[in-house]
Amino acid sequence: MSDSNNETITIDGREIPFKAGQTIMDAALDADIYIPHLCHRPGLKPHGSCKLCTVDVDGRTGSSCTLPATAGQQISSNTEDLNEVRKTITQMLFVEGNHFCPSCEKTGDCTLQAVGYHLDMLDGHFPQFYPRREVDASHASIIIDRDRCILCALCVRASREVDGKNVFDIGGRGTDARLIVNAPSGKLVDTDIETDDLAAHICPVGAIIIKEHGYEVPIGRRTFDLHSVAEPGIEPVILRKGKHTDE
Amino acid sequence: MELNSGLKKQPTASLMSSENRDHLNGNHLLHRLYDIQRQSHHIPQHAIPALATELELPVSQIESAIDFYSFFHRTPRGRFDIMFSNCTSCGDLGMMRSLCDKLNIAPGETRADGAVSISDASCIGMCDQGPALLVNGRTITKLSPRRLDLIAEHIEANRALDQWPVEWFDVHDNVRKNGLLLSAPFEPGSALLASIKQGQENMLANIDQSGLRGRGGAGFSTGMKWKFCREAKGDAHYVICNADEGEPGTFKDRILLTSHAHSVFEGMTVCAYLIGAQKGYLYLRAEYRYLLPSLQAVLTHRHNSKLLGEEILGQHGFDFDIEIIVGAGAYICGEESALIESMEEKRGIPRVRPPFPVVSGYLNQPTVVNNVETLAAAAQIAVHGSDWFNAHGSDKSAGSKILSISGDCLTPGAYEYAFGVSIQRILDDCGAEDVQAIQVGGPSGTLIGPDEFERKLGFEDLATGGSFMIFGKDCDLLKVICNFAHFFAHESCGFCTPCRVGTTLLRNGLDKICNGKGTQYDVDEMRRMAALVKRRSHCGLGQTAPSPILDALERFPELFNEKLVHSDFEPHFDLDAALEEARQLTNRDDAEAHL
Repeated sequence: MSDSNNETITIDGREIPFKAGQTIMDAALDADIYIPHLCHRPGLKPHGSCKLCTVDVDGRTGSSCTLPATAGQQISSNTEDLNEVRKTITQMLFVEGNHFCPSCEKTGDCTLQAVGYHLDMLDGHFPQFYPRREVDASHASIIIDRDRCILCALCVRASREVDGKNVFDIGGRGTDARLIVNAPSGKLVDTDIETDDLAAHICPVGAIIIKEHGYEVPIGRRTFDLHSVAEPGIEPVILRKGKHTDE
Repeated sequence: MELNSGLKKQPTASLMSSENRDHLNGNHLLHRLYDIQRQSHHIPQHAIPALATELELPVSQIESAIDFYSFFHRTPRGRFDIMFSNCTSCGDLGMMRSLCDKLNIAPGETRADGAVSISDASCIGMCDQGPALLVNGRTITKLSPRRLDLIAEHIEANRALDQWPVEWFDVHDNVRKNGLLLSAPFEPGSALLASIKQGQENMLANIDQSGLRGRGGAGFSTGMKWKFCREAKGDAHYVICNADEGEPGTFKDRILLTSHAHSVFEGMTVCAYLIGAQKGYLYLRAEYRYLLPSLQAVLTHRHNSKLLGEEILGQHGFDFDIEIIVGAGAYICGEESALIESMEEKRGIPRVRPPFPVVSGYLNQPTVVNNVETLAAAAQIAVHGSDWFNAHGSDKSAGSKILSISGDCLTPGAYEYAFGVSIQRILDDCGAEDVQAIQVGGPSGTLIGPDEFERKLGFEDLATGGSFMIFGKDCDLLKVICNFAHFFAHESCGFCTPCRVGTTLLRNGLDKICNGKGTQYDVDEMRRMAALVKRRSHCGLGQTAPSPILDALERFPELFNEKLVHSDFEPHFDLDAALEEARQLTNRDDAEAHL
């Protein structure tokens, strides 16, 4: 398969090249163009569920993480209208769950929070849903706090595609959809997940966290205290959270 | 622990052979869960690991499916498990509450003695003969206060369903107006003979030239779809009949499956012949489970007549078999890629497209998914030719459309019209007077008022999958819109943020306005959210869910204005409702415990 061609797409007036088989998101990331996203992580199969990366392609709506790049596409992304849409979607994610940033140990390392700041989100705007969701603290080193889950399925895919396991899934329907664990007990302790697994670290929010490491990095020196979520090459930095983010 | 996250092995040949005389794969996850629930009145937790081992599926895949489909339950249901339709046409929740009172039970609960449980369900497709309910999956139509009394008596007497009066379970076709399809006699095998005689290329050209477009509502050219699938490379090709007729107000497929099943199955077989498929599936909505025996009998008959199986009509290399898969209560499975996911024993989550099913569908192989009516029409076109078909209809909409007419009219039922017919003509035929509004194409379609009754039915003007709901002058239209908003919030699959959260926000916003607490601010907010959900959702469900609200805001703004309180802002927060949890904890419900 040829990995390059001479064809280009145009994002917000900037013409960028793309490789055969790339999505708009892939091409944008390669060109250091940030399109806000939560359920996408390079290297994992695109999901297209959070819809934060929604763009207008030749006047039609598309998710840049799943839409194949094709020559000549005229794409609008960083526009006032689209950023307003993205802010609203981020607010929807906030009110749907139970997110209390000040008391969450993921604060400062949380991509949802960072995207909120990036989009100038000042409040949840909509009435809170206050769902009742279960915590799973059964595992010795990893905890699931479903209050914070945004159903991005990054952990589901990381476990299957990278870790070679199948620890997580999304169950249920509509607003009752929730993260579930692939074990007869439904508990994390009864799975083969390990703390070195990508699935244990990939959560963009504080829904899956490693126990006994909270607050090792003080607030003020965390990932998004030092970096913008829109910074090129930020993905590995986000994954290193809880370690030495500023090194 | 199951390591393989991907698909289970392909269905084995033995399960698929013509020896399988019930034409159902008994090992399909949805069928196994149905069997377990029939025995235990729910899916017991302990049954899941054993089922996972037996079916070689991850436990989480079974867990996720149980909670996805409305007809599966985690806690025991009654020996008589009753679901009242909550559709504006075939539902009557007042009757549900009345039966609950008679049987001393609350909606959604199971009585302590395990005798009965009562809840509601999305439209069950009986809109021409409602109010209707399902009891243990069987349909009872034409409910009346008298019938409810008797049902309560039968339940208290613990009388088995087969001892209940058989006429309660009658479902009538109610065909009020025959057209091209419903009136044409069909000789089983005739479309196949014509296809074999003309050859594949010619017959495909014939279907294409007929101008037939998908009858599910989207209207994609059937000839093109078949052609794309035929040209797509794969290990196998599949043809699927989408009989998951879930759009509220639609019941025309019920009639085709009841009285025209041969032409539906023959349409599938013609398609198989043209695209090179050896296997076909009919995905039947669970609400139509009562049709299963008659559909199975037709399939058996077709086998015996060499119209299915190996070497169909003696044609060497023409092998094709049809199996039925029964759903479990999920409107989203009417979306073709969600339907395929459901067939693959997963939650019905619409796939990312491209690739389209014609290239990568069932088991990632080239797949045609067609509506019941499309396939029946294709069979007739194969017999009578493309000219016969496109001599009827309008420029861009060839042929005819079967409508499911319900609501405020004298004679609800199935009406078949050539495309291009005016709405007013339809209203005259079914005896609808003083009409306030019509929902054309069901909740996901278009809401129109009297000044638009000269508009025409067709893809170029008012497209429809068949639902035609009439609301008379005395109908509380805002309540109807509210009902639709509840429907979509309930049926949203939950995959994408705009639809999952947005349909719930829209539902809550409408509830607030209906309850007389809404302000102009709430209307503006709803308009903004509706636009976002419509534009940014992943699939057709989200993209159409806000339509009734947007249509009503545009055409019937007074519905909202009359209900608004005239202040700038009213909180969503309801203090009395917030105290409900405290009341339950303290076991109080007296006046002092309320504000």
